[in-house]
Amino acid sequence: MHQFEIKRLIDLDVFGFDASFTNSAMFMVIAAALITLFTVIAMRKGSLVPGRLQSVAEMSYEFVASMVRDNVGTDGMKYFPFIFTLFMFVLALNMLGMVPYSFTVTSHIIVTFALAAFIFIAVTIIGFWKHGIKFLKFFVPSGVPFVMLPLLVVIEVISYLTRPVSLSVRLFANMMAGHTMLKVFGSFVVALGLLGGWAALAFMVAFTGLELLVAFLQAYVFAILTCIYLNDALHMHH
Amino acid sequence: MEADAAKLIGAGLASIALVGAGVGIGTIFGNYLQGALRNPSAAPSQFANLLLGFALAEATGLFGLVVALIILFVF
Repeated sequence: MHQFEIKRLIDLDVFGFDASFTNSAMFMVIAAALITLFTVIAMRKGSLVPGRLQSVAEMSYEFVASMVRDNVGTDGMKYFPFIFTLFMFVLALNMLGMVPYSFTVTSHIIVTFALAAFIFIAVTIIGFWKHGIKFLKFFVPSGVPFVMLPLLVVIEVISYLTRPVSLSVRLFANMMAGHTMLKVFGSFVVALGLLGGWAALAFMVAFTGLELLVAFLQAYVFAILTCIYLNDALHMHH
Repeated sequence: MEADAAKLIGAGLASIALVGAGVGIGTIFGNYLQGALRNPSAAPSQFANLLLGFALAEATGLFGLVVALIILFVF
């Protein structure tokens, strides 16, 4: 479909690798610039009684901060900047995708998989760095009969290894399916014409609202699952 | 059977994943409503968990869609 096409804006070739500046990269730059502008402008005054923009910035800060505090604990707060950046970045990309004629970066699996793989590798390194070789006990569930252990350890390892896949496919599939559904219903509006198009148009409006909710929810789910994985690595209560 | 026909049948079968997603979303919202009617004062504090459960359950249905798309367009 046209909206998922990646176009090269500036051709760039780095040692035989295709590193062109695409519309995907452009929207990532726009998202990063928007977040930076938003936080810098909102907190420029830093007044004690926040204005409208400042309270939005403080709310988003407090939202992510309480998420990290509840799910990881106070000793996880040193990872708060990362979680906040991740949440705002994914949220901005999802929301930018809802603007007509724009490009949804998160509807491409390679982008979400790169994010998820980075999180997975980082969390595993944190786990081993924190607990040493004892982190392997994470794969041994406690309180099970000894006979069952070989089977359960294999299941635990497999479920741990599928984490980056499920994390990335969840975000990618939600964004792609949502935009495809909007496109399908949009073609219904055109096909049914002036007489019957109104019903499809009403559905479109409702679905657009749902998509805005999903865009926020998926950013939230992505961030909260990162928190949960981080909690597993830091505290490994099993 | 022709490969194309088998492909279409496989993609259609992959959409059975929606059964699980439907059951999951229904269970989540039904149980939330049940709990909220029993104890309305505790309901708002669990709204975030409701949305999280909804998003996680919905995603399983979308995994089926991804499988269908892989069958249709990759093979």
